[in-house]
Amino acid sequence: MTTMATATINTIIAPMLEYDFMRNAFAAAGVAAIVSGLVGYFLVLRGQTFAGHALGHIGFAGATGAVLIGVAPLWGLVGVTVAAGIGMGMLGERISGRDVAIGVVLALALGFGLLFLHYYTAFAAQATALLFGNVLAVDRAMIVTLIGLGVITLGSLAAIMRPLIFASLQPELAEAKGVPLRFVSTAFLAIVALAVSESAQIVGILLVFSLMVGPPATAQRLVTGMWRGMALSAGLALTEAWLGIAIAYSTDWPVSFCIATLSALGFFVSRGVSLAKANADGHFQGDTTDQDNDRSKSRRDLRWRSID
Amino acid sequence: MNVIELDRVTIQIGGRRVLVDVSLAIRRGEFIGVLGPNGAGKTTLMRGLLGLLPPSAGSIRVFGHAPQRGNPDIAYVPQIRTVLPDLRLRGLDFIATSMRGERWGMPSLARADRIMIDKTLTAVGARGLAERPLSEMSGGERQRLLLAQALLGEPRLLLLDEPLISLDQHYQETVVELVRRFARDRNITVLFSAHELNQLIGALDRVLYLGNGGAALGTVAEVVTAPVLSQLYGADINVVNVDGHIFVLSRGRDVERSDHLHDHDGNGHHQHDHRSHA
Ligand SMILES: Nc1ncnc2c1ncn2[C@@H]1O[C@H](COP(=O)(O)OP(=O)(O)OP(=O)(O)O)[C@@H](O)[C@H]1O
Ligand SMILES: [Mg+2]
Repeated sequence: MTTMATATINTIIAPMLEYDFMRNAFAAAGVAAIVSGLVGYFLVLRGQTFAGHALGHIGFAGATGAVLIGVAPLWGLVGVTVAAGIGMGMLGERISGRDVAIGVVLALALGFGLLFLHYYTAFAAQATALLFGNVLAVDRAMIVTLIGLGVITLGSLAAIMRPLIFASLQPELAEAKGVPLRFVSTAFLAIVALAVSESAQIVGILLVFSLMVGPPATAQRLVTGMWRGMALSAGLALTEAWLGIAIAYSTDWPVSFCIATLSALGFFVSRGVSLAKANADGHFQGDTTDQDNDRSKSRRDLRWRSID
Repeated sequence: MNVIELDRVTIQIGGRRVLVDVSLAIRRGEFIGVLGPNGAGKTTLMRGLLGLLPPSAGSIRVFGHAPQRGNPDIAYVPQIRTVLPDLRLRGLDFIATSMRGERWGMPSLARADRIMIDKTLTAVGARGLAERPLSEMSGGERQRLLLAQALLGEPRLLLLDEPLISLDQHYQETVVELVRRFARDRNITVLFSAHELNQLIGALDRVLYLGNGGAALGTVAEVVTAPVLSQLYGADINVVNVDGHIFVLSRGRDVERSDHLHDHDGNGHHQHDHRSHA
């Protein structure tokens, strides 16, 4: 076992780490993955993944707009997503059609992103990097920035974690107990915005979900308990990000593709595992009608997913 | 001593007056059954007592003060319970998230808290739920968990908003009896809303009927009578007593039963369905 591990390190990992850009890629991806895995855990817990998705798209306009006026895209991304997150939080949780409103703003933001691109034609390569990530081009300064943002993000998350959990699980009771629901949800969306900005630097705006939703959704299916769920979510995100980079290095496929694939793989395997476990637990009553029900249920799930 | 005092209280929601000019007083240790059709204002009254809905006129006093959110003396089981189907969280951890859940910072669970949760779960006969994940509990089991959660931390006033929904007949009786005993032993005041008087009749001290913005509070003999309820509902109401079971009838229809069939949906989700009452 240990000889195999040493062999792996010697023949596969060590050569990768000879390169500066690979070391930077691992470091940046590691920071972003842990932040995304932890923040994403609460995003999935609260069923707000659509809001997370929208923040990424809205950020596209911020990033392209920033470039147009000569600011680094990361700061455009951070500024616009945090503002949008706060805006969404102010809309409140109960307003019906909130997702519709977010969807309209999302489309508008993408439209603006396109407009900014139109005026900055020399920008095509950078646009691809924004949309799909370019972790292999990360430099030292960016790593420092990512760590700084990460500390702020996780620090804020820690500060509101307790009421956030309470408000997510039992909003009606939390409100009665004096949790300021609107403030908590607004602060949380601002935190999500920061995490989206981080994760977009690695996998790009379009694939933010692969670090922010795949790992936590997988973790919530696999383990019982919050702390373990959070730890597993962060661990999975980290593993998928690093493994994705390693696979990309040896296959020459795009890094983001590898990470997205691993994330999806993890999710569907965990789904299979929990379904199999449920079937095994209840197999004594597993007559045909039950199985039919199961099948139609999973078909329904699939349909929902395709509507998403 | 009066735990709750309403003095000519009007509460509006979205411009609609749900309670109008209601005055009443509830004494310490009383078990009050709160009844009335859908949309009568049972939930609204409790939210008013919790400080979530300030009255537009009149004054509410709870323990002698204007209601304020986060009063640790008040325990509350809301009618709408959000259910997160995919979350694998043990019953014990779920309850723990509500303990001092309003404080900032990271969650933590002291040994003393754990022991207290354990004791309360045992008291409601739900000890077995501590280790089971929430996602695998039935609606009724979740309900028991929520009841246990409400009883934690020595409350002096219990506001239970339809805690009997999705419980079977046997467990309904168990819950009512349990709350009554728990409250009587500790001299806790209880407001217990339900859709059928008969569910509570053995436990309650007085009933509070709500309807058409008004309220009638008194013993069953005083309030559950044809004249009082007819006036409250503005309709011809008959009250029939069969073997100690009381049926409130409007033109021969059982008001309480036919009005609330939708509540027995059994899966823990409860949609607010505010049909106006004829
Ligand atoms: N968020 C809201 N916005 C507008 N109107 C509301 C809202 N919540 C309640 N109402 C209205 O207030 C009235 C009283 O509602 P409340 O929930 O207090 O009734 P209830 O007696 O608890 O009914 P139920 O038996 O259905 O629980 C209803 O007519 C309802 O339509
Ligand atoms: Mg109600």
